[in-house]
Amino acid sequence: MAFEDSDVPTAVKIVVAGGFGTGKTTLVGAVSEIPPLRTEELLTEAGTYVDDLAGIEGKETTTVALDFGRITINQRIVLYLFGTPGQNRFWFMWDELATGAIGAVVLVDTRRLDSSFPSIDFFERRNIPFLVAVNMFDDSYDYSIDELRSALDLDSRIPVVKCDARVRQSGKEVLVGLIQHAMSRLEPAAR
Amino acid sequence: MSSRENWWYDEAAGPLVRPYAMVRGRTRPAGELHLITQVLAMPTVSDPSSLSVDHREILDRCARPTSVAELAAHLNVPLVVVKVLLSDLLQRGDIVVHNRPHADVPDRNLLQAVLDGVRGL
Repeated sequence: MAFEDSDVPTAVKIVVAGGFGTGKTTLVGAVSEIPPLRTEELLTEAGTYVDDLAGIEGKETTTVALDFGRITINQRIVLYLFGTPGQNRFWFMWDELATGAIGAVVLVDTRRLDSSFPSIDFFERRNIPFLVAVNMFDDSYDYSIDELRSALDLDSRIPVVKCDARVRQSGKEVLVGLIQHAMSRLEPAAR
Repeated sequence: MSSRENWWYDEAAGPLVRPYAMVRGRTRPAGELHLITQVLAMPTVSDPSSLSVDHREILDRCARPTSVAELAAHLNVPLVVVKVLLSDLLQRGDIVVHNRPHADVPDRNLLQAVLDGVRGL
């Protein structure tokens, strides 16, 4: 190869999940250095993933949109933030997103707690580090963290924080919390 | 060229034909191409005249390392299509791609560097 590895940054990713309307793309946009981009994946009507275009001309297809942003950490590392597409029939895409990720932020809207249950369940089952970020909408009741933890039936080791997904500083703190949580799950550093 | 351009932009062609037509029947992406795979164009391209507009746009955008997801977004095509186009360029030796081991969890040093970077935003 006619290039040095150092020419190409190491890419890492964080998944931003949660129910519909919990502010996933808003959070991505608040911390991203570029306006969120949208990319699309092809699906057949049966909901199966198109990873091969052979025979596709005879099939009904639909697309699933994926919003993402980017943060250049330094010259050697770039961080991507991916908002998950809708739940249920798009789990295959969640698997692709979650593989090798630092972890996930699960956004919660206290007015619709149940909309984020499937996201929490997904990361719990796969043992992927995640943090629950309660997006404080203006008209949402300010529950205590303990109340929320109990309502979401969360393991005491899962961090729960409140945030305003529109605010860069708040989004930054959410990411810091997730990365620290991911680090806490690693084996102790070798001496 | 004009007949191909009709295929390309004609809304009547619909979403089924367009991706297929763009890759002109080639279907299967090769190699390790993931959403965040970094793509870098080689300084010189082997035979530019044999490349499509989309191939050339990819090469232009990859003068600096760019992710597969960003390429798909900028070209406004589904991911599977950009992966097939990238496979062509890989085969020709016009790009190189760089992945961290896909399924590996980032190690402590990498996480610490990301943490420092995010704190410094």
